[in-house]
Amino acid sequence: MRVNSFGTPAYDVAHLLGGGVLLMSFLLLYQRRIGGVINAFAVQGALLAAAAAWQGWVQGAPGLYVTAAIAFAAKAVLIPIALRVLVGRLGQHRAVETALGVGASLLAAILLVGLSVMVVLPVTAGSATPLARVDMTIALSVVLLGMLAMITRRNAISQVVGLLSLENGLILGAVGVVGMPLVVELSTAALVLVLAVVAGVVVFQIRERLDTLDTSILDRHGGEA
Amino acid sequence: MMPLPWILVFLPWLGAVALAALPPRGRGPAMLNIAVSAVSLGLALALLGHPHGEQGWTRIDALNLPFLAVSALVGLTTAVFSAATMAAERFDALRARAYHAAFQVFMGAQFLALAADNMGVMWVAIEIATLACVLMVAAHGTPAAVQAAWRFFILCGVGIALALFGTILLYLAAQPVIGSGDPGLSWAALRAVAQRCDGGVLSLAFVFLLVGYGTKAGLVPLHAWLPDAEAEGPLPISAVLSGLLLNAALLAVLRAEAIVGAHPAALPAGPFLMGLGLLSVLVAAFSLWRRGDARRLFAWSSIEHVGIAAFAFGLGGAAANLAGIVHLLGHSLVKSAVFFAVGAAAQLKGSQRIADIGGLAASHPALGWGLALGIAALAGMPPFALFVSEFRLVAEVAARQPWLMLPLGLGLLVAAAALVRALQLLCLGPPTPDRPVPGAFELPGGLAWAVGPVWLHLALAAVLGFAAPAGFAALLAEGARILG
Repeated sequence: MRVNSFGTPAYDVAHLLGGGVLLMSFLLLYQRRIGGVINAFAVQGALLAAAAAWQGWVQGAPGLYVTAAIAFAAKAVLIPIALRVLVGRLGQHRAVETALGVGASLLAAILLVGLSVMVVLPVTAGSATPLARVDMTIALSVVLLGMLAMITRRNAISQVVGLLSLENGLILGAVGVVGMPLVVELSTAALVLVLAVVAGVVVFQIRERLDTLDTSILDRHGGEA
Repeated sequence: MMPLPWILVFLPWLGAVALAALPPRGRGPAMLNIAVSAVSLGLALALLGHPHGEQGWTRIDALNLPFLAVSALVGLTTAVFSAATMAAERFDALRARAYHAAFQVFMGAQFLALAADNMGVMWVAIEIATLACVLMVAAHGTPAAVQAAWRFFILCGVGIALALFGTILLYLAAQPVIGSGDPGLSWAALRAVAQRCDGGVLSLAFVFLLVGYGTKAGLVPLHAWLPDAEAEGPLPISAVLSGLLLNAALLAVLRAEAIVGAHPAALPAGPFLMGLGLLSVLVAAFSLWRRGDARRLFAWSSIEHVGIAAFAFGLGGAAANLAGIVHLLGHSLVKSAVFFAVGAAAQLKGSQRIADIGGLAASHPALGWGLALGIAALAGMPPFALFVSEFRLVAEVAARQPWLMLPLGLGLLVAAAALVRALQLLCLGPPTPDRPVPGAFELPGGLAWAVGPVWLHLALAAVLGFAAPAGFAALLAEGARILG
């Protein structure tokens, strides 16, 4: 079966969509306004849904359409709306505070993508299909960039978006591996995790225990006594 | 008829639904919580006679049976302790419901994580257990509790995400050999074919699984969430966090290690576990000295003990693995006993600072001496299981890697000295005045609700160390051989 190699539509479209997801991870890193961060995340969710649907068609796995539909509904529509409402209610703090400059973040991001290429491609050279190899490389890049976004942002909402985008990378990896069992269940469970994070932030905000969602404020409480 | 392992998982979850739905009136929910936990313990003990082997997504073997039994026991005693301390936690109706329901959700997920054969199901179970724990840690809603829960959430969220990536990689490695479908994530199937899988992908998968589940197990340097989560949540939660959740996560790491270890050319997993374990022991041993908060002190002690167990498993071989298993089981029993005693003391003295809890043995002898014995057990004194396991581990290290004796011995001694100091401060000397939190131990029976579980755990830890029934000892030894 030569469906999954370079130059075939199956490979190229998957590559394009995966690349789009990765590009959105970069966009997340250099947005200075929280609205931009949320938009980039929404587009990433839509691209992820398209990638999952495309994999469903290529692999002939109808379950992946479910994953795609759930990803689209939750990540391209519902979570971005919820975050926007939240930001609107908070009023201020629209600008994203970063612990690391944008230039340095992007440089670190490029290094991380290089790292995942150097880690995944040689390791998978023996066994996996070319499509799976590229997919895992992109997935790992998105995961690492999500972690980077969480580290470099001090605002709770941007940290949550970093975790959400990290989770997008996982789903991208899971749908790209042919015949992965439980993929719908696993992706749904992962979604429940991030939904809980979003719900947590919303609850914090509603309880007004915290004046802002700048997590450095939190560090004043607790800690070692 | 549903297989027994699934009944054990779904019974607590049904209990959780009932606890969430029923109006929290009087002592009803606490008693229902105890009843569900008691039936779970019965089921877990019945499982001991269950034939070994995998059954769909679950497997029952000599490795997880002892952990299932101890988890169910700690679940029951925690429910008992929780019933007595509930009033003083001063939850409103909604929080009380959420707390009880989350506790049973956690117990079901814990059983599933231990009994899962499918690595994907195991991941989902550990994720559910984490979410339930976060909910319980945040239950008070104070800024400190919110911060602890948030840190727990973010760090373990990332850890869990990395573990999922590792799970996907595991399947990617096995897929060319096993083909598509459920067997690709089954621990038994993966282990059987690991030799023919791609060693590189397996190694990469192990790194992600180690970092991911290692975060949950509280191994240094991935431990930052643990002390806060244990110090700021409701009192009974510390017992299940330390005693149960860490075990499930470490067992997940061991399952991954067993798969990767079956491949001759894959990354040797042992040195990674030994390194992280030793680092945990050393960092925790020195951190134990600077604690002013009793619950943080014992949270750090959990990091130390998980480190000892990880070191034992990293060393490998039947003797060291057996020491590791006994250590984890003994730690579950003793640490939950200590958290019950410290929790009770915190409600009686109105503070969980070490300086405010003093001379417990004089003012409340049964509780104080129970706590003193528990702390002595944590420091590795006989006659408890932790003494046996540490002794066996040290003997094994001295025989096989003598130069590792120095750092390990240093860690054990420094930690033991710190714990002895804590014992003196908390239990001996002139008692500090009682300032009971309103509602503390107002159930008929009073302090017996805490003292009973403490002494029961200590007795069982002693039995586990020196007088384990022959059948149970054989089970432990067989579990050690499974890990190879």
